[in-house]
Amino acid sequence: MTLTAPAEVLLNPLRDPQDRRLPRIAGPCGMVIFGVTGDLSRKKVMPAIYDLANRGLLPPGFGLVGFARRDWADQDFTQIVHDSVKQHSRTPFREEVWQQMASGFRFVPGDFADDVAFEQLRETIQELDRERGTGGNHAFYLAIPPSFFPDVVSQLKEHGLSQPDTGSWRRVVVEKPFGHDLESARKLNAIISEVFPPESVFRIDHYLGKETVQNILALRFANQLFEPVWNSNYVDHVQITMAEDIGIGSRAGYYDGIGAARDVIQNHLVQLMALIAMEEPVSFDAHSLRVEKQKVLRSLRTPSRLDLHTSRGQYTAGWAGGQKVPGYLQEEDIPRSSTTETFAAIRLDIDTRRWAGVPFYLRTGKRLGRRVTEVAVMFKRAPHLPFDAAETEELGQNALVIRVQPDEGVTVRFGAKVPGTAMEIRDVNMDFAYGGTFVESSPEAYERLVLDVLLGDPPLFPQLEEVELSWQMLDPIIDYWADHGKPDPYESGTWGPRSAVEMLARDGRVWRRP
Amino acid sequence: MAIELTDTTASEIAAALLTERRKAGSPAMGMVLTLVVVTDEGDHYDAIKVAKSVSREHPSRILGIIRRPNRGAASLHAEVSIGGSGSSGETVIARLSGELARHSESVVLPLLLPDSPVVAWWPRKAPDDPAEDPIGALAQRRITDCAASGTTASKTLLTQAVNYSPGNTDLSWTRLTPWRALLAAALDQYPARIRSGRVEAERNNPSADLLIAWLWSRLRVDVERTFSKGPGLTSVVLSTGGGDIEICRPGGRLAHFTIPNSPNRPVALKRRETAELLAEELRRLDPDDVYADTVHALCRLAGKTAKADVPQTGKRRTSTSTRAQTAKHSQTASSR
Repeated sequence: MTLTAPAEVLLNPLRDPQDRRLPRIAGPCGMVIFGVTGDLSRKKVMPAIYDLANRGLLPPGFGLVGFARRDWADQDFTQIVHDSVKQHSRTPFREEVWQQMASGFRFVPGDFADDVAFEQLRETIQELDRERGTGGNHAFYLAIPPSFFPDVVSQLKEHGLSQPDTGSWRRVVVEKPFGHDLESARKLNAIISEVFPPESVFRIDHYLGKETVQNILALRFANQLFEPVWNSNYVDHVQITMAEDIGIGSRAGYYDGIGAARDVIQNHLVQLMALIAMEEPVSFDAHSLRVEKQKVLRSLRTPSRLDLHTSRGQYTAGWAGGQKVPGYLQEEDIPRSSTTETFAAIRLDIDTRRWAGVPFYLRTGKRLGRRVTEVAVMFKRAPHLPFDAAETEELGQNALVIRVQPDEGVTVRFGAKVPGTAMEIRDVNMDFAYGGTFVESSPEAYERLVLDVLLGDPPLFPQLEEVELSWQMLDPIIDYWADHGKPDPYESGTWGPRSAVEMLARDGRVWRRP
Repeated sequence: MAIELTDTTASEIAAALLTERRKAGSPAMGMVLTLVVVTDEGDHYDAIKVAKSVSREHPSRILGIIRRPNRGAASLHAEVSIGGSGSSGETVIARLSGELARHSESVVLPLLLPDSPVVAWWPRKAPDDPAEDPIGALAQRRITDCAASGTTASKTLLTQAVNYSPGNTDLSWTRLTPWRALLAAALDQYPARIRSGRVEAERNNPSADLLIAWLWSRLRVDVERTFSKGPGLTSVVLSTGGGDIEICRPGGRLAHFTIPNSPNRPVALKRRETAELLAEELRRLDPDDVYADTVHALCRLAGKTAKADVPQTGKRRTSTSTRAQTAKHSQTASSR
């Protein structure tokens, strides 16, 4: 997918484009993780690195450096990685894979402001280049809150860590949130781009690493079946839902003041929407994909009456899934007067020929009915039904549902005759389950993304422009909410506030129960 | 769990599968292929177990065909089961006795899943020409395992190579994938002209024969074969002007990877289980063109002529473009 790939194939006589058994193994390289003690590193990044090694996709001699404010030696860090791998990795633990990796583990103790520590980091990296042959190629994974980015990034620059020698690379990996509004996103980017060129910045939106999300592209562009109906002639509207059954848990400090729209809609849902709505890219390289996604984001239109076409809510105490749970305002460390929304639903329109008049409804929330992420493309009813009303009473709209998680797959919903002498038509489901058809081999999103960082393959990573465009869309809505009262309460374990239902009822539609 | 059917027919077996599936609430099985396992009474237990575990990754209808040619009158007995032990597909174990053993395709044909690919696997002894075998002819992918024939493994491999048809592969080729990936990665990291090569393995190791043929056909240099006590492949050396690229795996688990001007690095290179090999095979169901090139090279090295490699029309569902590519490939291989 990168521009360098064909050249490599020509150079290396052992590579052949026909030889699809051979995986692309990342070249010699290492990774430095800032914030090794956090959940993200322990539950996602480190297990993903092990899984990659286990699948034989990491280069021999891969180096992993941990950086944190702990008084640890290399062995202590090795123990942390060991525990996290044992607990969270997808593939079975194998001693020889562990041996291959463990000799490349290093730990650098220190503060983000500590010059001595960064000097030590530089020496450690050089030592890895010498002893493990990492070749000067290193990725810096910032698994830390964005408020620390300026410190770390400027330290990397000061100690000459951000500047690769000729023929090698340095990359930086950042996680969402990419700011909390347009201005802060730009500021954050200014800090990073001062030190790293845009092609070396990898923003991780783990949703884009999910198989089902990538499958949206396959479904749309590899098939003849769906494309003809993928437009306003046939599609009535699209619902994109990401629901969680849990509350904010231990994320109070992060979540309060951020809320559902910034946390989820700005990145995951808008990216999903772009993949559903975009035109066919000329090829699947990073640039062509990005061009098409940006076109969608540029043609987004927010509703003119934000009071009628958006909804926000805050969960209250109640019973969810058989457990008594507190409301948002009763959660630990949340101010009693907080107006942070835990549920957000918005209507967006896309001003293109393909989608004019087809609203996209995006909703997300915590403490909803169940954990589910899906995209439902709802089709128009047939223009004429040669049956009488009683016969089609139970026939709904045809729907194509892309289930992103859990239970990944695709459902097609259509009407079928109920067996019997009378003509009666009822909705039925036709299912394709990822879990059933290609089970075990389905890698975790982080595996794919970490490997892409090491290979330097950027199609799945949102670039600055996409981040800015989505903030541009969301900022007016968030500002409007900030100036107009409080979120509507909804009982935990339900599908959101009354206002969300009314918002769709105004358009003559209802939310699907996912 | 399993339904036993004695003195039965293929249509009764098909009906039993349908009933079982209905009983399970008609789960959307999403089966992607039919895997025909041709085995005998002694080996079927392990083979079916492997097939079932692979069925977790590639949900399939497994047809275990056990031939018992010398036992009296023609009869068909079958065990039918769905799901179970973590597999999500359907399993039929069919015992074919008497004259029926020579017409096993008549049992297999009605039980193939509609529209989806058919894979035939011979875990132990395989026909000399799998594509001409009645069951092999129904399949678009035919998997053999030369290593299973022990001391005659290299000879068996050569027979398979001479009779190669698109869609054939051998597990001794699959075993090489991690080695080949590492070698290719080594040349990515150290792009130099290779002067010669050396492959060291235990005697009668068909994977070593294939690796030599592959290196010879790709690099066009002499590759020496040396012998060790194993297990399996023990080392590969590619000599360049600047020093040797070497992968050495003495114990069958952990290897050492050396390229010039770089430190020696450990790398996990475990000998894989049959289930993992089979799972890799099932990931791609079109003819393996690189394998085709390699067996042609093997034939040339051994001074044998390969059977005509353009497939007979109408026999398999190979697309025209694949066929054209295969033909083109074999041309380049033989013009070398």
